[in-house]
Amino acid sequence: MDLPDATRTVHARVVGLTRVYPARDFQGAVNALGPVDLDLYKGEFFTIVGPSGCGKSTFLELLAGLALPTEGSIEFEGQPVRGQVPEGIGVVFQEDSSFPWLTVWDNVAFGLQCAGVDPAEVERRTNYAVGFMGLADFARSYPAQLSGGMRQRLCIARTLVLQPRLILLDEPFGALDQQTRLLMGDELLRLWRETGATILLITHALDEATMLSDRIGAMSARPGRLLEIISTHWSADRDSRIVGDERFGAITARLWVLLRQQSMKAIGRAGTEAAV
Amino acid sequence: MSRYGWIRLAIVAGAALILEVLCRSHIVSRLIMIPPSEMLISAWQILASGAIKDDIYVSVVNICTAIALSISGGFFIGLAIFSLPALRATLEPFLASYYSVPPIVFYPLLIVIFGINQIPQIIIAVMFGLVTMVINTINGLDRIRPVLLKVGRVHRASFLVTVFRIKLPAAAPYLFIGVTLAVSYSIIGVISSEFIMSAVGIGHQISYAYDSYDNRTMYGLIALVLGIATLLNMSLHVYSQRLLRRWTR
Amino acid sequence: MKFRQSLYTATFLTAVLVLWYVLYKSYGPTVLTPPWATLRKATDLLTSPIYWPHFGESIRAFLIALVIAFVVGTFGGVILGGWRPCGEVVEPLLAVINSLPKVALYPVILLTFGLGLWAKVVFGALHGVIPIMISSLAAVRNINPVFTHAARAMHLTRWQMIRRIWIPACIPEIFSGLRFGFSLTLLGTIFGEFFASQRGFGFLLMNAIDLRDVRTIMALILILVVFAVISSSALLAIDRRLHRRQV
Repeated sequence: MDLPDATRTVHARVVGLTRVYPARDFQGAVNALGPVDLDLYKGEFFTIVGPSGCGKSTFLELLAGLALPTEGSIEFEGQPVRGQVPEGIGVVFQEDSSFPWLTVWDNVAFGLQCAGVDPAEVERRTNYAVGFMGLADFARSYPAQLSGGMRQRLCIARTLVLQPRLILLDEPFGALDQQTRLLMGDELLRLWRETGATILLITHALDEATMLSDRIGAMSARPGRLLEIISTHWSADRDSRIVGDERFGAITARLWVLLRQQSMKAIGRAGTEAAV
Repeated sequence: MSRYGWIRLAIVAGAALILEVLCRSHIVSRLIMIPPSEMLISAWQILASGAIKDDIYVSVVNICTAIALSISGGFFIGLAIFSLPALRATLEPFLASYYSVPPIVFYPLLIVIFGINQIPQIIIAVMFGLVTMVINTINGLDRIRPVLLKVGRVHRASFLVTVFRIKLPAAAPYLFIGVTLAVSYSIIGVISSEFIMSAVGIGHQISYAYDSYDNRTMYGLIALVLGIATLLNMSLHVYSQRLLRRWTR
Repeated sequence: MKFRQSLYTATFLTAVLVLWYVLYKSYGPTVLTPPWATLRKATDLLTSPIYWPHFGESIRAFLIALVIAFVVGTFGGVILGGWRPCGEVVEPLLAVINSLPKVALYPVILLTFGLGLWAKVVFGALHGVIPIMISSLAAVRNINPVFTHAARAMHLTRWQMIRRIWIPACIPEIFSGLRFGFSLTLLGTIFGEFFASQRGFGFLLMNAIDLRDVRTIMALILILVVFAVISSSALLAIDRRLHRRQV
């Protein structure tokens, strides 16, 4: 395992994070996640990759403050996170979370209006975010009139406009086709470079993880635990064409070696081969 | 209008024409029904002459009051029930079987308590209309996709913002159903009570005309009531369709 | 879970009874009758032979109206829904007719059928038939086309397709329509009885108003409420079971 760089600052820290769903009706207690320990460094692009149901989305919700852990602690910029979403964290969800009753522009402006920012500033920042995500021509359209990819860009613009320092993305490109996903990956990298935010991405796609990240955490099947953290050492100005790099295959292969058994466990067929 | 729209118009016009012919040729006796054309003329004359404008005024006021109470009361009660799971569990069976009992049976009781005036009629109309608004509000709130509420929390939206800027629009399709039904039921509640026992109102005038064998006035009033109800319902329908078409795929 | 539900229901009923009693104490016996006395009166009404013809008349009218509403509504809806263009044209018309205050047509029915059984039956059936027709139509129209394709791929005959795929697919939604139709037909029949005859439940109620007989009014309301709640709960239970098989 790679050792962390001692000179980098920790942006968010998670220690012993566990989430257990209590027993109810005819079901016993379900250990959904953990325990997980992780340090996220400021400005890095970190991806968690794992089989379905392993608890990666739960991890994201706990980190964001949308749910409470059963055990363990979460810290963001030195402050504990407990039950409330801290200022400075933005979240992009897996499903389309745009408000269908608002235009694209109003959707993006929503967060700023909630925070009571004055109208001139709202106008300026919303226009910037809408333009940044390439939606300027559709500012007066409704989400129902946009494609899936554009709606996700809308959700990202809505998160961006609040200038978050930590952006959490839960399988944001899951519903899109492969080629759109690669292009959206490029968009995400561009966004990362221009905002300088720390990014935590959740995905089940190995190539996406390898392509986009500085570090990748491989998560086991439920209850999710981090098996290994891989550093890619890519340069910051990468894009989707990194798939051609000679180390790309090795990293993806390493991930699959770690995750193959886990995936089989997740779909209910334990492998008989020994893990490498 | 679409092709189907024209066909529907043709069907309605055709039915009216058949009725007209049956009445004019006395296959259907004048004692039972007057021709539709005469119904419309009578309705127009009633409006124009202002003969029963006090009754119309009273009925309209009662209906509007009932609608306002049903919709606002229904929404907030629905919101409260939705937010308090224990309350919801207690009331749910009651709500499910509420409309199996015709609220009109309570009218006699209310007359004994409040006398023959507007109050029992408004109460009955609200009894008709409020609960459907409650049921549809709860239904609508149930069907809000959870991710939309999570977005509200990520943006740290206050309670009021969450209710009025997220929950209300998100539940809109069902709220519209509730509003449409509340309007229909309020009209039915007021007119029925006035018909059964009342001193004033359109329903009362219909009953009076019936007792006096005054078919002309009676059918004119019936046409008036049906016309107003249809107009209201169709306007609501068109408005909600237009809004929802922009919002949904 | 079931125990907790019964606890909640029991709490609710107790609260209603307490409220009833408090109102009685505040307003006095000329306006309200207390719970126990109402129950006694209700059992008196149900057990004394003088009233049986009245209840019998009402039940008879209600059942006939229900059968008419059911048969006309279901067959009408299925036939209209079976052919796509027909269903498209008719559906909004039915919705509009459904929203009309049918009480306005009551005098028309009285004139056409005179006072007596048929006025009540027709008025009751009129209330129930449209919702039943609407949901039968919707049920047929909403049969997932995938089912039909799968049936053709399995080389089923038309009759087999109807019997083994279309009917089971439609039944839950048609039954929900029947549930509504039941309550609405009851409403229509009761209302019809207020004027249309010298016998029946509605007639007893109107009579009691004229005599200011609060005790009878409340006892009759109680009987109706109990009947309505029991029957609709039974229908709801069947409805739930039918829908459980669906996705």
